[in-house]
Amino acid sequence: MKNIIAILSGILFGLGLAASGMTDTAKVQGFLDVFGVWDASLVFVLFAAVGTTFFSFRVLLKRKAPILDEKFVLPLKTTIDKPLIIGAIIFGIGWSLVGYCPGPAFAALAYFQWQSLLFVAAMLIGAYTAKKFA
Amino acid sequence: MIESFLSGVNLFNTLVGGLLIGTSATLLLLFNGRIAGISGIAFGLFNQSINDKLWRWLFLLGLIVGAASLHFFSDIAIPSASQASKSVIIIGGFLVGFGTYLGSGCTSGHGVCGISRFSNRSITSTILFVLFGILSMTFFRHVLGLI
Repeated sequence: MKNIIAILSGILFGLGLAASGMTDTAKVQGFLDVFGVWDASLVFVLFAAVGTTFFSFRVLLKRKAPILDEKFVLPLKTTIDKPLIIGAIIFGIGWSLVGYCPGPAFAALAYFQWQSLLFVAAMLIGAYTAKKFA
Repeated sequence: MIESFLSGVNLFNTLVGGLLIGTSATLLLLFNGRIAGISGIAFGLFNQSINDKLWRWLFLLGLIVGAASLHFFSDIAIPSASQASKSVIIIGGFLVGFGTYLGSGCTSGHGVCGISRFSNRSITSTILFVLFGILSMTFFRHVLGLI
């Protein structure tokens, strides 16, 4: 059952990314290009997504446990440390270069374009390198 | 002013898309107790001590199926491929993977789920990756003319 929720949740996420234009690298780069031809699409996507989870999380986290498991798995760290800051900066730079963050990059594998395949491969190597050396 | 702010924005598509993403994150947390952070879900596959790998694969597969279905069942066209060169794609991908692993999250985990939980770490991360994304875009596009 948990596996069915996982694939269903993935499908909804993929539908949302593709519907909102977030799998279009030009649109995402347009959001970051505030001094060029700015595209505010990402603001609206984030607003609608956060608008939903802002309320739903508030209600559902009052539960002692999720419906299909024994406990909620939430991040334990609360301090703002160096890896968080350096990681976010490196991510932001990489994000601007192509216009993919991890979600849209995986979703765009659906398009059979070598660009997204190459990006995902490089991304996995990057994450593996961080795991090994950072 | 408002017209230029909205240029290139399809209000209906972006708001429905965001609602679908929010619903996805709600479903995963409510039923499975998991945060819908794509980098966390994907890179957890590297972790030898994690033995709940199947749901991670299924979620990622769902992302691809979802995007494919959207274009199949709607009149929204498949976006054209990135114009970036091979080397820029490799460098960009590497930095996104390295940065999101090191920084424990990306746009979905920190940006959507973390902000909704009022996590200080996620709010800090989101401000930084958007800020440095803008600075980097400005530098590489408008100063160097590379992207």
